[in-house]
Amino acid sequence: MGIRFILMVNKQGQTRLAQYYEYLTLEERRALEAEIVRKCLARNEQQCSFVEHRNYKIVYRRYASLFFLVGVDNDENELAILEFIHLLVETMDRHFGNVCELDIMFHLEKAHFMLEEMVMNGCIVETSKTNILAPIQLMDKTY
Amino acid sequence: MEQLKTIGRELAMGSQGGFGQSKEFLDLVKSIGEARSKAEEERIVLHEIETLKRRLSEPDIPKRKMKEYIIRLVYVEMLGHDASFAYIHAVKMTHDDNLVLKRTGYLAVSLFLNDDHDLIILIVNTIQKDLKSDNYLVVCTALNAVCKLINDETVPAVLPQVVELLGHQKEAVRKKAIMALHRFYQKSPSSVSHLVSNFRKRLCDNDPGVMGATLCPLFDLITIDVNTYKDLVVSFVSILKQVAERRLPKTYDYHQLPAPFIQIRLLKILALLGSGDKQSSEKMYMVVGDIFKKCDSTSNIGNAVLYECICCVSAIHPNPKLLEQAAQVISRFLKSDSHNLKYMGIDALGRLIKISPEIAEQHQLAVIDCLEDPDDTLKRKTFELLYKMTKSSNVEVIVDRMIDYMISLNDNHYKTYIASRCVELAEQFAPSNQWFIQTMNKVFEHAGDLVNVKVAHNLMKLIAEGFGEDDDTADSQLRSSAVESYLRIIGEPKLPSVFLQVICWVLGEYGTADGKYSASYITGKLCDVAEAYSNDETVKAYAVTAIMKIYAFEISSGRKVDMLPECQSLVEELSASHSTDLQQRAYELQAVIGIDAHAIESIMPSDASCEDIEIDKNLSFLNGYVQQAIEKGAQPYISENERSGVSSINNFRSQDQHEALSHSLRFEAYELPKPLVPSRVPPAAVASSTELVPVPEPSYARETHQSASLPSVSDAGSSELKLRLDGVQKKWGRPTYSSSASSTSTSSSHKTTNGITQVDGVSTSNSKARDTYDLRKPSVEISPEKQKLASSLFGGPSRTEKRPSSGNHKVSKATEKSQVSKAAGAHTDAAVEKTNHEPTPDLLDFSDSTVTGTAPSIDPFQQLEGLLDQTEATSTVNNGPAGASKTPEIMGLYADTPVSGLSSSVGNPVLTNRDDFNLASELSNATRTSQVGVSQSNRGPNPKDSLEKDALVRQMGVTPTSQNPNLFRDLLG
Repeated sequence: MGIRFILMVNKQGQTRLAQYYEYLTLEERRALEAEIVRKCLARNEQQCSFVEHRNYKIVYRRYASLFFLVGVDNDENELAILEFIHLLVETMDRHFGNVCELDIMFHLEKAHFMLEEMVMNGCIVETSKTNILAPIQLMDKTY
Repeated sequence: MEQLKTIGRELAMGSQGGFGQSKEFLDLVKSIGEARSKAEEERIVLHEIETLKRRLSEPDIPKRKMKEYIIRLVYVEMLGHDASFAYIHAVKMTHDDNLVLKRTGYLAVSLFLNDDHDLIILIVNTIQKDLKSDNYLVVCTALNAVCKLINDETVPAVLPQVVELLGHQKEAVRKKAIMALHRFYQKSPSSVSHLVSNFRKRLCDNDPGVMGATLCPLFDLITIDVNTYKDLVVSFVSILKQVAERRLPKTYDYHQLPAPFIQIRLLKILALLGSGDKQSSEKMYMVVGDIFKKCDSTSNIGNAVLYECICCVSAIHPNPKLLEQAAQVISRFLKSDSHNLKYMGIDALGRLIKISPEIAEQHQLAVIDCLEDPDDTLKRKTFELLYKMTKSSNVEVIVDRMIDYMISLNDNHYKTYIASRCVELAEQFAPSNQWFIQTMNKVFEHAGDLVNVKVAHNLMKLIAEGFGEDDDTADSQLRSSAVESYLRIIGEPKLPSVFLQVICWVLGEYGTADGKYSASYITGKLCDVAEAYSNDETVKAYAVTAIMKIYAFEISSGRKVDMLPECQSLVEELSASHSTDLQQRAYELQAVIGIDAHAIESIMPSDASCEDIEIDKNLSFLNGYVQQAIEKGAQPYISENERSGVSSINNFRSQDQHEALSHSLRFEAYELPKPLVPSRVPPAAVASSTELVPVPEPSYARETHQSASLPSVSDAGSSELKLRLDGVQKKWGRPTYSSSASSTSTSSSHKTTNGITQVDGVSTSNSKARDTYDLRKPSVEISPEKQKLASSLFGGPSRTEKRPSSGNHKVSKATEKSQVSKAAGAHTDAAVEKTNHEPTPDLLDFSDSTVTGTAPSIDPFQQLEGLLDQTEATSTVNNGPAGASKTPEIMGLYADTPVSGLSSSVGNPVLTNRDDFNLASELSNATRTSQVGVSQSNRGPNPKDSLEKDALVRQMGVTPTSQNPNLFRDLLG
């Protein structure tokens, strides 16, 4: 399965984007997000960008005040996931231009659309920024 | 500045690029963004729910408004509140003709609903329609939805269309169709088992995106069944080679590395295919070696690929040269300052030592450093490594370390995990029984409730059986030391239940065996346990039985028993217990104390827990009695199967209706119900039944004559004991009759040998653990110094024990060539069919002649641009009127080639400099300069851009100086 969920959470622990690739109930999501964020916020910058949580491994990366957290299976290449996060941010940056937390908040659906292009069934399927953004830009054009 | 504000205002007004949403939406985002606490956020969301309910009940909501409401609903759910009141609106939106609305609808539905939700059925039809759309973007959107919303029941509804779309002319559609098929495979493999060949076909797709996506399902398939895909080794190797040689379009490059994510997936697949297969592995050596050489070791992504290479090298048939390269990378990882690289290094080391155990030694100090690092993640990874390299010479150090760490943990999930690892290692490598018992005690003491009960049973068994040799003195020493250690521990507060059970059992069995402790001392301790853990019935049961054993041994050795007062009161309390099990044990205890030494010896022989007990399951010794009873007119026994077919109506009918009890259909009419009559049980049987077991209900009549046989048991046992019938009744009675006490209330014949058989599994559990407890001399010295620790971990004899790397080399198939040529053939066909005359990257072709290196012409985005009638290659400049005003800024950014700063951060994954992280270089695709200073001084457009955005949001009433300035910080800036 690979990627089990992708979260964007800010320093205050407020969720900015959540995408799960397996079904969890609202309560389960709430609990999971709270626990993970607590764990990751407690870590300092020297420590690994990887945390084990229950049966997930969480790879996280911080940009300004926003944390990107990706929950993966045990067999996933953590370093590659870390770079995948960066690719996601670069892609958003290309689209929004100097992307900031507010961009994601105002364009939540677009951020989701980008993720939909990049990850399907918990697998990374597209890594070319051009290919990722093409349908989104076409949609902007028509809407 | 004034000008910028104007631009900002324009942007805010415009529908594109700016935030063309309503005031309400802006306010919502603003207030959520500025919320200081979870509680405040809750209030906002609850208020928002009310607003949305009101708004959604209004008639004739414009579509754009509706889209906004849907996104606000997404917010509501994302922030942890139920938005089910409006799911139906999201479902409705999927029907919309407008692509953006449709996609938003699908997105919301897939975020809200699980694939078995009732509303999904309303969407299947829409998906079917959309899959047939002429607009490929609509098809893509529908395929996205298929992946999220179709469950195994609805697969057939869309499967034919999805299969058809595999051949769609748009690569984006083919890619998503493949992933939809992959999803079906994940959901129910059988539904698409006949379509698996499509994955092979799409591997040769001339779009690299489709090929890359196809690797995902292929990886899953190969994981399950390696052998069917051995023929693809050559193809995968060839693809990987071409990727590494930069034959894919530039857009797949990431930080100067060609398509690293595809490389990683290919390496994963090769690792599977080459595992234990020399012939396949040999085909991979070249390309993996090349990647080792080519990979940029200064970037994170380069190291990610290198790590995957190591995984591959350690999985496939070993090759000395590759192993050496892998070892070099590992040592670089471990020497790095970055914790992330250290982590990867430790993990990689754990993989490689399976093949070349000697490489661990040169990294001892690095490993010790990681073990002592305050970072939990690194520490755990290191424990995993230690676990893999445990042998009898270092087991003591490693397990001690693990236990120390385990004690310090609060996280039960991991505590359970590491406790089970400790147990596993101790069982496998224990140098002595003494050490094993001590280790187990520690594990039980600190993680007892998390340990599998089996472990406790194994421990009891070990103590009972000793070394399995004839060395009785050693055995009794072992037991004495166990007893002593338990008497020490028993006083500690809050011991885990499982551990107490072990303690009670051992004290009962061996507490007085060496004569060091008096019976009253031991029983006193046991009483204390029963009292202190009065809520735990299992512990109490163990304690009472242990007390009974102690007294039994006393009596049989001819000593007089004076029951302690606290013991007395405990027994009295338990005989009135709600638990039938405890009650029974209490009565038994009283009974045992009352009988003579001779009888006790046969009921409770000392140290007989390991003796085999013969159980006459057929109760053949009762045959005579049963015969007698039947002769007297009792009903014969009816087996349970027959009885279960008997409804309660039939229960009181006489036996001449037994034919009717069979399961076949009845064709004649049912009899009229008769009033309930008392059962016609022979008087003798009734008498005995009332005497022994009160069976008030007539429907129990059939059991009674069996119960009647019980007196003969007591005859046979020649004791004055009144026997309990629970066990016997369990055999004959209704299946549920005695189940509540089934685990402990066994038949009397068990009990005559020893109480321990009541506790399931102790004397019959497996003996694997014990086999390895040879007397090995612990050759390791524990020292606080690192060096010594290292030597104790690594310095022992380096032979591997018990963990041989699997060397199962299978002969690979000879059909590879033909398969490949077939595949290649299929590909060329496809290429011919394509009207596109531009050169395409040929993934399976070895010859360079037909392939152009960069192949920019197949860039799908450029095709899109053609559609859009745009000449410029920049992707962000299509924003319409509002976007136009933004253009100069963006172009300025693009033109500003020297802007950089990315590289330094990429090179150093710890990212100490995160806030200075600047991605502009990525946007401009310029050559990187490695100095952060340059980037800082050259960050011209960024402040400008930020100012612009700043102005824009001020316009909307969100001021950065207010609550949460972080909202405005560039993520990459």
